Amino acid sequence: MKGMTVIVKSISRWVKMLIFLFGIYVTLFGHLTPGGGFAGGVILAGSYILLMLAFGREYAEDNLSLVVTSKLDCVGALLFVAIALSGLLYGSAAFFYNFLHQEIQAEKVKALDLVSAGAIPLSNIAICLKVGASLFMVVLILSVFRCDFSAGEREVS
Amino acid sequence: MFYIFLFFMIFLLIAALIAVHTDNLLSSVICVGAIGFGGSLMFLFLRAPDIAITQIVVEVLGLIILIRATISSDKTFISGQREFFGIVVSLALLLAISGLGLKALDGLPNFGTPAFVAAGEIEETIASQEYIEQSLSKTGAANAVAAVILDWRAYDTLGETTVLFTSILGAVVMLRKKTKNTGAIEA
Amino acid sequence: MLYAMCFLLFVIGLYCALVKKNMVKIVIGIMIMEYAVNLFLIMLGYRVGGVAPIVGHEDIRNMGKFVSESVDPLPQALVLTAIVISLGSLALMISICIRTYEKYGTFDITRIRRLKG
Repeated sequence: MKGMTVIVKSISRWVKMLIFLFGIYVTLFGHLTPGGGFAGGVILAGSYILLMLAFGREYAEDNLSLVVTSKLDCVGALLFVAIALSGLLYGSAAFFYNFLHQEIQAEKVKALDLVSAGAIPLSNIAICLKVGASLFMVVLILSVFRCDFSAGEREVS
Repeated sequence: MFYIFLFFMIFLLIAALIAVHTDNLLSSVICVGAIGFGGSLMFLFLRAPDIAITQIVVEVLGLIILIRATISSDKTFISGQREFFGIVVSLALLLAISGLGLKALDGLPNFGTPAFVAAGEIEETIASQEYIEQSLSKTGAANAVAAVILDWRAYDTLGETTVLFTSILGAVVMLRKKTKNTGAIEA
Repeated sequence: MLYAMCFLLFVIGLYCALVKKNMVKIVIGIMIMEYAVNLFLIMLGYRVGGVAPIVGHEDIRNMGKFVSESVDPLPQALVLTAIVISLGSLALMISICIRTYEKYGTFDITRIRRLKG
């Protein structure tokens, strides 16, 4: 698994940044345009999976190792729960209360701005981390396992 | 507009029939990809751009995972079916479900008039109507879908993240090598 | 008509999952069923000549027109989570298939049952 040909490598070296930026854009503008945390997270995972397919598993694992991925996964989940709990603390005592929305409205932000919508962009970022990290982790694990694929044949016979 | 949907549904049905019928696993997986991308286009024409984006990206990842399972295994040509008794029971179950489903199709509203409009004539407050009207003023999010999944029905998203976490954890546990001494994830 | 075709897609997936012998074929059948259910739920919220449920700059001044034209956002929000969950469950099923292949050397479920013990 040393990667693909030089054409694939040199193209994916340029395209990976564009895919990554597009994932960030889709996540951040999730409350104004189509997209959101789910799609953005899967796109971010897709940029790393492109790296993995083009350059081999070791290169991708140098960039984002399995330990870091599982930590990012947990950070995303905890961030989402923290947003929910802070709604309980600051707002009118309701789980998932959109606690930032009232303060932002007091600042006279126009509708359809990037920092409108209170806690929804933060939740989008949390969901994006969660989904992207876990999906990249599962593809990484699946590709790690490939080396042992012929071991089963001997065990059966 | 109706004929576009008809065309896509026929495309999906043909792709599904080929995916079920063919013996070669790789072409079956490719037909599943055709179903996914056709479904994504159909979501776009059904005015659901969020779902279209998510579907097309998820489809690429799912194809990578499926091809990963099929391409390195040599015995991909497993044809034939299960034993006779199992098939008879399965087909009877299939017929029962089809009959019940076709009966249930009568109670649906016509295509093009959503269910919440039909229900709105009877009752006063409908959830979907509220979501469309007040997504901008109450949450500030212009995208009503984002407002629903992250504000009004965020419990659903919390449960979704839990399910995703558990299933990925199951896959990792299933696939890691057994390391007896350390017990750490050696992948 | 379209609902019936959607249901037919579901039945094809169910047939594939019930009758076929190959494990990956069963996974494919379950995936086809998922597509059919997602498509059906989105179709239920469609409105003829509708617009996507996203407020644009022009719609702010004219909310009444937007409200009377927008499609239903609720099924879209529920399907959005279901699609991502389906990817997670697909990964779980495929990992079970790979483990079984490594153990028994085949995807054939009848032979797996025979080798048990």
